Amino acid sequence: MRPWPLSLIALSLILATPIFVVLSSVFFPAGDIWTHLFETVLARYISNSFALMIGVSIGVLALGVLPAWLVTAYRFPGSKVFEWALLLPLAIPAYIIAYTYTGMLDVAGPLQSNLRDAFGWSYGEYWFPEIRSLGGAIAMLSLVFYPYVYLLARAAFAGQSGSVMEAARSLGCSQRSAFFRVALPLARPAIVVGLSICLMETLADYGTVQYFGISTFTTGIYRTWNGLGSTVAAAQLAALLLGFVFILVSIESWSRKQAQFFNTGSHSWPSPAVPIVGGRLFIAYLVCGIPVSLGFVVPLIQLSIWASITSDSIMTADFAGYLFNSLTLAAITSAAALILALFIAYGRRLYPTQLSSAAARVLSLGYALPGTVVAIGVLVPFAWLDNRVSAFMVARFDFNTGLLLSGTAFILVFAYLVRFLPIAMNTVDAGLTKIRPSMDEAGRSMGLGPMTILRRVHMPIMRGSLATALLLVFVDVLKELPATLLLRPFNFNTLAIRTYELANEERLADAAGPALTIVLASLIPVILLSRSLERAKDVPSVGEKP
Amino acid sequence: MLGKSPDDGFIKMASPALQLDNVSVRLSGHLIVDSVSFSVSAGGIGCLLGASGCGKTTLLRAIAGFEPVSTGEILLDGAVVSSPSRALDIEKRHVGMVFQDHSLFPHISVAENIAFGIQTLSSQMREARVKELAGLLEISGLLDAFPHRLSGGQQQRVAIARALAPRPEVLLLDEPFSSLDVELRETLAREIRLVLKQEGITAMLVSHNQFEAFAMADEIGVVKSGRLLQWDNAFNLYHTPASLAVADFIGEGVLVDGQMIGKNAVETELGIIDTREIENFNLPDTKEISLLLRPDDVFHDDASPIKARIVEKAFRGAVFLYTLELESGTRVLSLAPSHHDHDIGEPMGIRLDVEHLVAFPKLPLA
Repeated sequence: MRPWPLSLIALSLILATPIFVVLSSVFFPAGDIWTHLFETVLARYISNSFALMIGVSIGVLALGVLPAWLVTAYRFPGSKVFEWALLLPLAIPAYIIAYTYTGMLDVAGPLQSNLRDAFGWSYGEYWFPEIRSLGGAIAMLSLVFYPYVYLLARAAFAGQSGSVMEAARSLGCSQRSAFFRVALPLARPAIVVGLSICLMETLADYGTVQYFGISTFTTGIYRTWNGLGSTVAAAQLAALLLGFVFILVSIESWSRKQAQFFNTGSHSWPSPAVPIVGGRLFIAYLVCGIPVSLGFVVPLIQLSIWASITSDSIMTADFAGYLFNSLTLAAITSAAALILALFIAYGRRLYPTQLSSAAARVLSLGYALPGTVVAIGVLVPFAWLDNRVSAFMVARFDFNTGLLLSGTAFILVFAYLVRFLPIAMNTVDAGLTKIRPSMDEAGRSMGLGPMTILRRVHMPIMRGSLATALLLVFVDVLKELPATLLLRPFNFNTLAIRTYELANEERLADAAGPALTIVLASLIPVILLSRSLERAKDVPSVGEKP
Repeated sequence: MLGKSPDDGFIKMASPALQLDNVSVRLSGHLIVDSVSFSVSAGGIGCLLGASGCGKTTLLRAIAGFEPVSTGEILLDGAVVSSPSRALDIEKRHVGMVFQDHSLFPHISVAENIAFGIQTLSSQMREARVKELAGLLEISGLLDAFPHRLSGGQQQRVAIARALAPRPEVLLLDEPFSSLDVELRETLAREIRLVLKQEGITAMLVSHNQFEAFAMADEIGVVKSGRLLQWDNAFNLYHTPASLAVADFIGEGVLVDGQMIGKNAVETELGIIDTREIENFNLPDTKEISLLLRPDDVFHDDASPIKARIVEKAFRGAVFLYTLELESGTRVLSLAPSHHDHDIGEPMGIRLDVEHLVAFPKLPLA
C-alpha cells in the first residue's frame, strides 16, 4: 500500500486508541471498587444521567422548536434579529451559565437579597427554588444546548418546499393544522439530530453537574479516579458512558439519513412568511425572547457587572499567565488539527479507498466523546508508555525520565485532537468538496502542474474553510473543561480551569473575568454561524457546530 | 351560458364552475396578471398556455387562493371567492391543486397521502375512496410505498389522486407534466383527461407546452405578459389565431406578404388565393396584408410552376418538414410525405392549398 493511505490508517488508529482503551477496560478486573460502585453509587449515576437527559430533552424541544417555526413561517418586527439571536446562547459554556445563575439566584445573591429587603423576610422563612439541584442543572443545560435543536429545526423548516404546505392548505388544512400534520413531522428527523447532539453534550457535561453536586457518569469517573484512585474502574464507568454515547450517535446518523428521504424537492420556493399582528405578536416575542434573554442576555449582563466590580483583580500577571496558556494550547491544537485534517482530506481525495474512508469515519467519532472519557482513554496508554520508557532508562542508564509525556501539555494537545479533529475534518471536507475533480482536470488540461493547481485553484477556494476550521477548534479548546482538568500538568492553569477553581471557591464575581473572556471568544464562531444561516438550507453538519 | 327552460319560460343562468372577471394580480408592485376574463363550464377542462414568466402560474395560484387579486373577481360555482376586498381561505375553497413538483408528503405512504384531505370521512369510506382513486389512476400496487420510491409519472398519478380525493369543485394543475419524460407526457395527459371526464371534474391546467394542452384541454387560453390573448379550442387557436402573437406561439408557420385584388382574392408570391373557396376567414381592411402560412398549407406538387429551393429539411418520420426559399428570398415551410425525399439545394414544385385563411394587416418594415 502507498505511504499516504497507510499513514492515514495509522493516524486513525493512534487517535482511536482512547476509544479502544476505554472499551477494552471492561475485560480487566477492577476488584472491590466495582462492587463498591455497584452497591453504592452506580444506580444513582445512571438514574441521574437519565433524569438529566429526559429533562434536557423536554427543555431543548420546548425552547428550540417553536421559535424555529415562528422565525421561518411568520414575519414580525424583529423576526430577522431573532433568527440569529436565538443562536447566541451557544457562546456560553454550560459551566459558566451554571456559575452565573448560582451567583444570581442563591441565598446571598442579588435576587433573594432584594426580595428579603423588600418584604422583610429572613432566611428560611420563605420558599425559593434551589438552583443547585437536578432541576436547576436541567434548566442550565437546556438554556445553552437548545440552539442545536433550533438550528436544525430552523434549517428543516426553511428547506421545506412551500408547495408542500400549500398542498396541505388546498387539502383543507388551516395554517396551524398544516404545521402539526406536515411541517413538524417533516422536520422530525432534523429535530432528532439536534436533540441527539444536545444529549451528547448533556452526557459530556462535567462543570455544571459537578458544581451542582449531582452525581452523574462524568463526575463519577472523576471521583473514582481521583478519589478512589482506580483507573480501571474509572475506565469501566467511561465504557458504560460510551455505550450511551454510541446509541446517541447511531440515532443521530440514522436520523440524518431519514432527513434525506424527507427532502421535499429543490426546485421549489419556500413558503411566503405570514405576518403576525395584534395579541399574537406578544406571544411570538415571549416564545423567541425567553430563550435569548435567559440563555444569553441575562448571564452576559451579570458577568459584565461582576467583571466591572472585580476589574482591579482581573488584569493581573496571573490572569495574563492563564490567558497565555489558553491561547498557546488553542493555537497549537488548532494548527495541528488543521494540518491533520488537510492531510486526511487530500489523502482521501487522492487515494479514495474503502479503508481510508473507514479510517476517516473512526476519526470522526471523537466529537461525540465526553471530555472525561477522552481523558481516561488518553491517560492510561500514556502512563503505560511513560512507565515503560522510565523503567527502560533506569535499567539502562540509571536515569529516571519520570512522566515524560503524561505530565506535560503534550498529552493535553493529544486529547484535544481526539475530541476536536472531527470538527476540523468536517469543515475542511466541506471546503474540498467545493473543488470538483473536473476543476483539477481543467487545470491540468491547460498545462498547469499539480502544485500550481493547488496554489491557484485550491487555496483561494479553500481559504475560508481553513480559517473556519482553525477558529472552531481554537474556541473549542478555549472552552474545554473536564479533559483539561484531568490531564493538565501540575499547577498549569487555563482560563477555563481558573473559572472552575474560582467558582468552586465560591468566588463567583472573581470568576467573571476569565469567564467573560471565554464567552466573548466563543461569540466569534457563533456570529460566523449565524451569517452562514441565510445560505444553509440543508441539515447542518457537525462541522458547523461551534 | 344562457338557456331557456321549457316549463316556466324564465331565463336561468347556469353559472360556470369557474369564472374570472377582469382579474389582475400584483406581486410586490409588479402587475403580473392584467385584466383576465374567462370561464370554464362544469366538467370542462381549461388550459392557460404561455411561455414561462407570462403570469399563467400566478393566475392559477390566485384561483387557488395563494395570491390575492388586485382587481376583478374570481367565482367558483357562482360564488365570489376572490375580490380585492376579500378572499376566502384556501382551505375553504374546495379546490384541488396538483403542483409542478408533485409536492407529495414524503413522511407518509401513498395511501395516507391520498387520504390526507378526507380525514373527516369514516375510515371505511376513506379506505373505499382511496381504493377507488388508486384503481382509476392505476396505482393500486403502490399504496403502501413511500413517495421517494416512486418514479416521476407515478408521483404525478398519486398527486392527482390526492387532489381528487376530497371531490374538489375545480382541480388546478400547475405544469403537471413538465417534470416527466417527453414520451410520457402526452400519453399521461390523455389518460388523465379520460379520468377527469369520467369523474366529471372541472379542471384548469397551466402549461407551456402546446401539445400537452391540445392533448388535455377542451379550451385553451394563450397568455402573454399577463394578458389573455385568446380563449378558444385548440383547432381554432391553430387555424384562426386572433393575433400575430397567438399565431406565433401556436404551431409552426411563416408570414408572407399578400395584396388584396378586389374583394375576393389575395395575390401572393405563391399564387392567387380565391377567398370564396374558403369557409372561415376574416380579412383586415388594408390592401397590403400579411398571410400566415402553416406547413400544411404549402403542398408539394412537382407539376406546379412555382418552384422553391430547399434550404433545410427535417425528418419527422411520416413526413419531411422542408424549409423552402422562393426566388424573392421569402421562406415558407412545407410538409411532404417522407417518400418525397429531396436534397438540400434542389428546387421543388409547390402550390398553395389554403383551407383557413389567416391574415393580419401588413407589418410596417422594421
